[in-house]
Amino acid sequence: MSTDTAEKYHKHTPAPIDCNNVVISLRNIRKSFGSLEVLKGVDLDVCKGENVVVLGRSGSGKSVLIKIIAALLRPDEGTVRVLGKEIDQLDARELQELRSKIGFSFQGSALYDGMTVRANLEFPLVRNQRKLTRQEVDKAIRQVLDDVGLSRTIDQMPAELSGGQKKRIGIARTLILHPEIMLYDEPTAGLDPVTSVEINDLINDVQQRYNTSAVIITHDLTCAKATGERLVILSEGKFLRQGSFEEVFHNDDPIIKDFYNYNFISDS
Amino acid sequence: MKVFFLRIYDIYQFSLRFWKEAFLPPYEYKEVFNQFFEVGIKSLSIISLTGFITGLVFTKQSRSSLAEFGATSWLPSLMAIALLRALAPLVTALIIAGKVGSNIGAEIGSMRVTEQIEAMEVSSTNPFKFLVVSRVLATTCIVPVLAIYMGFIGLLGAFVNVYNNEQTSFVSFFQEAFMKITFLDLFTLVLKSAIYGYTIGMAGCFNGYYADQGTVGVGRAANTAVVVSMFLIFIEEMLIVTLINTYR
Repeated sequence: MSTDTAEKYHKHTPAPIDCNNVVISLRNIRKSFGSLEVLKGVDLDVCKGENVVVLGRSGSGKSVLIKIIAALLRPDEGTVRVLGKEIDQLDARELQELRSKIGFSFQGSALYDGMTVRANLEFPLVRNQRKLTRQEVDKAIRQVLDDVGLSRTIDQMPAELSGGQKKRIGIARTLILHPEIMLYDEPTAGLDPVTSVEINDLINDVQQRYNTSAVIITHDLTCAKATGERLVILSEGKFLRQGSFEEVFHNDDPIIKDFYNYNFISDS
Repeated sequence: MKVFFLRIYDIYQFSLRFWKEAFLPPYEYKEVFNQFFEVGIKSLSIISLTGFITGLVFTKQSRSSLAEFGATSWLPSLMAIALLRALAPLVTALIIAGKVGSNIGAEIGSMRVTEQIEAMEVSSTNPFKFLVVSRVLATTCIVPVLAIYMGFIGLLGAFVNVYNNEQTSFVSFFQEAFMKITFLDLFTLVLKSAIYGYTIGMAGCFNGYYADQGTVGVGRAANTAVVVSMFLIFIEEMLIVTLINTYR
């Protein structure tokens, strides 16, 4: 299978990856909703500085997986270790402390509707770092807005922003706490191709500038190729294959072949 | 039946969490005062209008019955008793249930379905404290204030009717009105209004916090918040009146 069509989107310069330091470790994760088994024994390690893309069709359990990592959902079975801590063993305070090191970019951005961009960014910051002065808070807000290229939106309401701008502000809101791990849930879903490429660049920029490790959930191959050092295909609750983009897609598995063909309609 | 009891258990857990979180730092002062404003100041106009009309109309309707016995001079004390013991807390609670309860249910519900509550959780803040504790505290504290306010505005409405018919002075009307009012009446007014306020806040927050199924769920949360709080307010009214009357 040729990957030439995708090559032009691939602008990513890999960051230094430290595989002696595993920041996320999932072992035998199982999760069901009623009689529907969504995850059927998933194992995953994410190294420090690495961007791992989890690819899969809608309903394959990608979002459930990422929510388990962020402790928004509890697995029925298996262990989740994040930054060396087993999530199940943490009390509320420890979990809160751990979460301040995890940034989560939601599919729908999840900006607080009733607050301006400034208030959205201030919200997590002042609650996690209570001793900051007004000037320090303002400086931090301006810094992250500069980093995502949206300084002018500071006093706008979320309803006044475009889809791409909302994604950027959503990412900025997580960056303001300087997370060690970023979790992106469908970062390019619902965006036009140009904005999608901008978001992919931003994800890479965040990795370089903030030295983050990331799990990127997507069904967009362009995003996967542009942002991931390692790809994992999730199908029917299990990991089908993992490796670099080329390693994953150079095979004849019909599921993977279909996935590739539907994303990159044709090479001609 | 099992679902019903599970729901009751969830509500019990939710209430327990409220009492636990309400007294534990850090406190969301700013949001609590913001909610005081949302619940209190923004409801003043409707409470004023309803209170005044309730007092005026109730006096007008009672006048003819009392006039048959030549007892129209009892109108001020009758109105004070009716308003402060029953009408003011009940009408205020029903208005706030409709206006604020539905708003809380819809607001928190839409935050739930658009993942804003989860966004708060993962950004290491406590959404329960920010959204639930602040709103329940606001309704619990503000409904008694609004009920007292409505009681006085209702008495003003009653005074307008009495003044138009008997030219009774403002001072003598209020002296007459408060002659039959005891400390127990005022205590009951505040206590039951606070209970109604707590009920409204909890019903709105609980239904919003556990909203699901997208926009349908948001609508359902708002609707259930109002229906449940009105239903509970009437039940509570009956129980409180029965209990208080044993002491009277």
